[in-house]
Formats: sequence, C-alpha cells, structure tokens
Amino acid sequence: MNTVPTEWNAARRQIVSNAASIGVAVAMYGVSFGALGTTTGLTIPQTMALSLLMFTGASQFTLVSTLASGGTALTAVIASWLMGTRNAAYSMRMTPILKTSGPGKLVAVQLTIDESTAMGLAQDEEAFEGRASRLAFWATGLSVYLLWNLATFIGAVSVSAIGDPKSFGLDAAIAAGLFALVWPQIKSRTDLSVAFGGALIALALAPIVPPGVPVLAAAMVAVIVGWVTSRRIS
Amino acid sequence: MWFAVLAGAAGCYALKYVGSVIPAHVLEQPTVKKIVLLLPISLLSALVAVQTFASSQSLVVDARVPALAAATVALKFKSPFILVVLIAAVTAAALRYFGLAV
Repeated sequence: MNTVPTEWNAARRQIVSNAASIGVAVAMYGVSFGALGTTTGLTIPQTMALSLLMFTGASQFTLVSTLASGGTALTAVIASWLMGTRNAAYSMRMTPILKTSGPGKLVAVQLTIDESTAMGLAQDEEAFEGRASRLAFWATGLSVYLLWNLATFIGAVSVSAIGDPKSFGLDAAIAAGLFALVWPQIKSRTDLSVAFGGALIALALAPIVPPGVPVLAAAMVAVIVGWVTSRRIS
Repeated sequence: MWFAVLAGAAGCYALKYVGSVIPAHVLEQPTVKKIVLLLPISLLSALVAVQTFASSQSLVVDARVPALAAATVALKFKSPFILVVLIAAVTAAALRYFGLAV
C-alpha cells in the first residue's frame, strides 16, 4: 500500500472538500423539501422519515408532489419507486468498486444516490488502488445524508419563514446541480448522444405520462445505445 | 400518510439493495458493462431536462432556462460545483425579482 503519500493527501483533501460542497448545495434543496413536505400536509416526523429512510431526493419530491397534486397514496408510492429505480443501476455500478460486506454494505446501499454515485464515478477508478473512488462515494454519501436531513428538519420546522423556494432560484439550483454531476461523466461522443437522447425522451414524455415515468423511460436510451455499441466492438 | 411514507421508503431501499446483489459475472458481459456505464448518464440528463423545462405535466420556458445556460458557462470554465449551483440560483432569483421571467 505504498502509494505516494503527498499525492494521496492532496487528492484526499480535494475529494473531501468537493463532498462537503455537494452536501452544502444539496442542503439548500433539502430546506425546500422540508418546507414542501409540511406545507403539503405531511407532519414533521413524516417529512423527516422520508429524508432519513427513503433518502433519495427525486423520489421524495415525487412522492410529496404527487400527494399534493391530488394523487392517491398508492400512486405516490409507485411514482416514488419508479423514480428510485435508477438507484438500482447506481448500486450495480458501485458495488464492484466499493467492495463492502456486512453492515457496511447495508449502509453503502442506503447512501447510493445520484450525488454519491456521480462523485464516485467522476474519479479515476484505478487511482490510488480504487481508494479515490471509494472515498468520493463515502464522503459524498455521508455529507449529503447529514446535511440533507439537517436541512429537511430546518425547512420543516421553519416553513413559514422560507416563503416561495422559487424566489430563491432553488428549482434552477437543483437542475444546475444535476447538470454539474453528469458533466464530468460525458467523455465521448456516445456519452453525449446518450445524454441528449435521454433528455429529449424525458421532455417528449413529460406532458403525457405520470411524474417519474419520463426519467425512467430515458433509461431505454442507455440500454439501446449500450447494446448497439458493444455489439459493434465485438 | 404513514403508509405512503413507509411503503415508499421500503421500496426505494429495496431497489438500492437489489442492484448490489446482482452477480458480478453479469456485470462482466460487455453489453451489460456498457449499459450500466451509460445508465446514469441518460437518467441524470433526463432529470436535468425535466428539472429545467417541466412544470407538473407541461413544458415551460421560465427563469430556469437562462439559469441553466449560466451554469453551462460556469461548467465550461471548470468552476467548482458550489459556484455552478449558486450562479444558477442567483440568475433565476434575479430574473424573477426584476420581473424578467417567471
């Protein structure tokens, strides 16, 4: 394990600082989730339970906004599951990198979300014998988990003081945050066409199918392009 | 409401768990490998599109679009994550405050 210590120390500092930044950025959105939860009829414990137990922002927002727009509890649950399907793909991608087992694995599974996966994959998988990828995943996952829950609590209890989250540009902030996450993953022309294809399919379907489904349908682009390109190589 | 909260949370954890127990050799097939690599790209891009243009079930062009354009410029200049997010938030908030966009 004799890697160059100075290089690893510098890389480690950079990763931890990025993870903290992501936690802070996500916390801005967590405040608005907490506020949204309690303004749409959930109690503070119910809103907190979503952040602590579900812990996947898009699913949480989908569940709460489906309930708010008059959807049944069952519709809201199914929409949140559909939105959470991508975490299965993230988990599948991260498992061979993380190499965890036992209780550590159960925690890693819960921390597998957009941000932690994107940060884990943004590192060179070979760098420092995989330690860079693992640290990026864990540091981001834990930072987001702590700050997301703290922010949810603050938003839920101080709902009247927040006002309209849109007037603070929070909806634009989350779009930009997701964009900044996918940006470093786009490394080839194929990646770029998958990104555009996924975005276009989601936009085409958004007006005609229930919330959550457009994003899931975008997965088909990855399946088709992945299948075609890997066949061409072999 | 507790039903929705707990059933939703249980299902989302199960989905995360299922992904982690798919056998390793499945991942080593070139097609599966490629698809799994591309999945986060297509899903995150779709989320960006929906977060930028969708308003419940309709598509709109509002303050989020110029905000995302500003974020793109920031990304081109390799700005740190927090700066990209702040630039987008400030752009949208300013446009709304001055009544230039909804």
